[in-house]
Amino acid sequence: MATTAQQPSYRKRIGYQAALLGGFSTIATILLVMGNLSTKDAILERQREDLQESLSQVVPHSYYSNNLLSEPLRLNNFAGELVTIYRGTAFNADTGKDVVSALAWEIVGQGYAGEMRFILGLDNQGTILGVRVLAHAETPGLGDKMEVAKDDWILDFDGLSLGNPIEVQWRVDKDGGQFDSFTGATITPRGIVAAILDALKFFKKHQKQLLLTPLVDVDREVNENLDNSVIKSSEKSVSTAVIKTGEKRNGT
Amino acid sequence: MEHDYARIAKDGIWDNNIVFAQSLALCPLLAVTGTASNGLGMGIASTFVMIASGLLVSMMRGVITPQVRIPVFILIIAVLVTLVDLWMNAWVHELHKVLGLFIPLIVTNCAILGRAESFASRNPMLPAMFDGLMMGLGFTLILLVLGAVREILGSGTLFANAALLLGNWASFMELTLIPDYKGFLLIILPPGGFLVLGFILAGKRLIDFSLEKRKNLKESQISAGEPLAT
Repeated sequence: MATTAQQPSYRKRIGYQAALLGGFSTIATILLVMGNLSTKDAILERQREDLQESLSQVVPHSYYSNNLLSEPLRLNNFAGELVTIYRGTAFNADTGKDVVSALAWEIVGQGYAGEMRFILGLDNQGTILGVRVLAHAETPGLGDKMEVAKDDWILDFDGLSLGNPIEVQWRVDKDGGQFDSFTGATITPRGIVAAILDALKFFKKHQKQLLLTPLVDVDREVNENLDNSVIKSSEKSVSTAVIKTGEKRNGT
Repeated sequence: MEHDYARIAKDGIWDNNIVFAQSLALCPLLAVTGTASNGLGMGIASTFVMIASGLLVSMMRGVITPQVRIPVFILIIAVLVTLVDLWMNAWVHELHKVLGLFIPLIVTNCAILGRAESFASRNPMLPAMFDGLMMGLGFTLILLVLGAVREILGSGTLFANAALLLGNWASFMELTLIPDYKGFLLIILPPGGFLVLGFILAGKRLIDFSLEKRKNLKESQISAGEPLAT
C-alpha cells in the first residue's frame, strides 16, 4: 500500500491497532444504536399499517365496526404454535348485542422453499372472506402465482368453507382435488391448500371460544380472572346469534 | 495526482467491470436476476452503498493502518448497509417492501470490499465516490441485461412488476413479449443464471476481440503505409 512507506512509527504498535479497531467498533455501535432508536417507532408504526392493510384485504370494512387490532385472541394451533387472532364485531339487531362478525389470522404453509405466510379472513360461519400471501420464498415466475398482483389464483378460495367443497376435494387437481396447481410448481399450491384446510378445521374446533363476546384483551383477561357467569351468558348469546344468521343464510 | 475520470468510468462500466472482468458478486447476481425489475432494484441499492462506502473509506484512509484495514472496511460497509436498511424501512416503506430482500444481500457483495481495498483506500474522496458510482452502474448494467435475458427466455415477459419498484409511471415498461408462454424453468433457476452469464461473458469477449482486431488492423495499415517491397 502507498501509505505503508510514510507510516509513522507509533502506528505500527499493537496498541494503536487495538485502539483503532476498538474505536471503530465503538463508533459503529453508537451509530447503529442511534439508527435503531430513531427508526424504531416509525418502523413499528409502518408494521401496524401493514398489518391493518393486509387485514383489510381479507376482511371487508362492511363486516365490522371496531378496531380489528384491539383485543386480539391468542390460541395454540394444531402445530402447537401461538396464533394471534384479530376479530371484528358488528351490532346484531336481533340480540341487541355486538357479535363477532369476522376473524382474521396468520397461517403458515410449507412451500417448495420453506415457509409461506398467509393472512386468512373468515366470517363467523367459517366461510372464507379472503386469503392473501404475506411472505414467501417460492421460485419467482413459478411458485409466486399466489401473489394477487401476479395472478388471480388465490381469489378462488373466496366463499369456500369446510363443507364447500367436501373435504376430499380440498386438494390440488393433481391429487384429485378441485384446486388448480401452477404450471411447473405443485408443492406450492399443495402447501397453500393444506394450510387453509388446516385453518378451517382450527376454526371449527375453537368456534365457541373464537366467537365469544364481549371481546376482552387476553392479557387483561389473565390478570382480572373474569367472572365465570359473564362468560356463560355471553356464550349463550353468541350461539343463538350464530344460529339465527345461519338460518338466514340457509333461507336465501 | 491527476484523476482521469473518463478512465474511471470506462474501467467501472466495461474494462474492469465487477462481473465482466473481476467475476465478483456472483452470489447476489444469480440470486436476484430472475426478472429485469429485480436486477434493477439490486443494482440501484448496491450503487448507493458503493458510493457511500467509497466516501467513508476514502475519508478514513489516513487513519486506518494496513494491518487492520479489512475488519475496519467490513465494519464500515456492514454499518452502512444496516443503516440504509433501517432508514428505508422507516421512511420509504413501500420501496423497502420491494427492495428489502436485496439489502442484506449487499453485505455479501465482495465487490464493495474489493473497491474499498483497491481504490477508495488510495484515492481522495471525489474520485472514490465517482469510482463507486461507475462500478455500481457497471454492476447495474449486467444485472439488468442478465435479468432481461432470463426473464424473456424464462417467463416471456420483460420488466414485469416494474411498477412495484419504480412507481406507477413505470407500468408502460411491463411487456409481455411472448403471450401464452409456458415458461422455461431452467433459465429461471440459478443454473440458468450461470448459463446465460456464460453466454454474456462470451459475447463480451467477442466484442473486445473484434475491437482489438480492428485496432491492430488500423495500426498495421498506418505502419505499412509504404507498399510492400516484395
